[in-house]
Amino acid sequence: MTVIEASATPPRRLAWQLAEVREIAVETPRVKSLLLHVPAWQGHLPGQHVDIRLTAEDGYQAQHSYSIASPPEDELLALTVELVDDGEVSPYLIDNVRAGDQFELRGPIGGYFVWTIATEGPLCLIAGGSGIAPLAAMLRHRARRKDRTPALLVYSSRTLEDIIYREELETMAQRDSNLRLVNTLTRKQPEGWTGYRRRIDKAMLAEVAFPPEQDPKIFICGPTPLVEDASRFLVELGHPFPTIKTERFGPTGGLAS
Amino acid sequence: MDSTPISRGFTSRRQELTSKNRTPPGQYVTADFPVLSAGPTPQTKVEDWTLALQLGGSLLRKWSWAEFEALPQTTIKTDIHCVTKWSKLDTTWRGVTFDDLLKAVGLAAPPAPYVMAHCDGGYSTNLPLADLVDGKGMIVTRYEDLPIPPAHGGPARLLVPHLYFWKSGKWVRRLRFMEEDEHGFWESLGYHNYGNPWKEQRYDGD
Repeated sequence: MTVIEASATPPRRLAWQLAEVREIAVETPRVKSLLLHVPAWQGHLPGQHVDIRLTAEDGYQAQHSYSIASPPEDELLALTVELVDDGEVSPYLIDNVRAGDQFELRGPIGGYFVWTIATEGPLCLIAGGSGIAPLAAMLRHRARRKDRTPALLVYSSRTLEDIIYREELETMAQRDSNLRLVNTLTRKQPEGWTGYRRRIDKAMLAEVAFPPEQDPKIFICGPTPLVEDASRFLVELGHPFPTIKTERFGPTGGLAS
Repeated sequence: MDSTPISRGFTSRRQELTSKNRTPPGQYVTADFPVLSAGPTPQTKVEDWTLALQLGGSLLRKWSWAEFEALPQTTIKTDIHCVTKWSKLDTTWRGVTFDDLLKAVGLAAPPAPYVMAHCDGGYSTNLPLADLVDGKGMIVTRYEDLPIPPAHGGPARLLVPHLYFWKSGKWVRRLRFMEEDEHGFWESLGYHNYGNPWKEQRYDGD
């Protein structure tokens, strides 16, 4: 019998590193993307996130997790930040941060909510609001590598102006017949809008999503009620539990008793 | 790294809410109860629910919902700390302590040093038994006097409040005692094996 020495090498700590803001992109009235230069970055997989840590002059620190929106192929690390009014980190990142500023970051974190072009089966992405960020990393990775895995993005936004990365996603879909983009606008639709105009529901997913027989890999990211609903509908439509990966954020919308 | 950069103009907006003695480092206090799960929420009915206790591949005991409800019930008020940085103070839970579970199968002491909790939906998490006995761990079935909503782990979840909340596995169905420690779901995906929030053991190597 072979005895394997446990913990022969202690795990390496995920160290805090310095990130410098190189560019800031205004995505919507409440959302910005920060493009960061992280000299010691070791690479990441599409879907992973980072923790960032801000330090005040009095030594107070606050941390927050953000999904990485950029693909591994890009040089700068992109974080897409939505303003949360009663938040602590996002108001600072949205209102105060300028190009050249530095803060601490560590990652990449999370090995479950990840997709690469090596993954088998069609890619089914469902996003609400800023939940698009980790899914954008997957689509950007797929596009950079000129991969043609059949892919679908169902994206729920309140209004046309709230669609994050709108032009980029449209261009991506125009150039790639294997990528289908389905937008739904839940609050206000522009004149002549031909897309959906309601929250993501079971009928919509039955209509647009890959059927279970095609064994799609499903990633859902958005506000908790949207993720709860969409994942439940997909289970009811016959998709096996392990094929549905989720990330929830924000208020629970009455789920807490 | 050599020095921590100061974020010019960054000030605390939540410090007033955060009691130094009750909030571990890097955490903030919330009144909400966020939901973090890696997949869909299982919708297990209590009439289909059972809890199994396993040792060395053999079944020690299996309780139905009604049998589990007949075990001695304990109510606890405690703070909980999620690795995603939120803490929630003074949450009230009711259920069965590990001490009472062990007593119910006639064990005076833990039969093994570790346990793996297996949950509906494929989730699992590993714990030292020492962190569950002496009133430290429970299987809970009520939150604030009401059945636990499925999104928060109902019908029954683990409650091990002195560790990060991913250790308090939702939808628990089977407890497997182990002689050797094994990694559970998040523990095998880069998260810390033990998860002490006061030492900020969030990720492997912390």
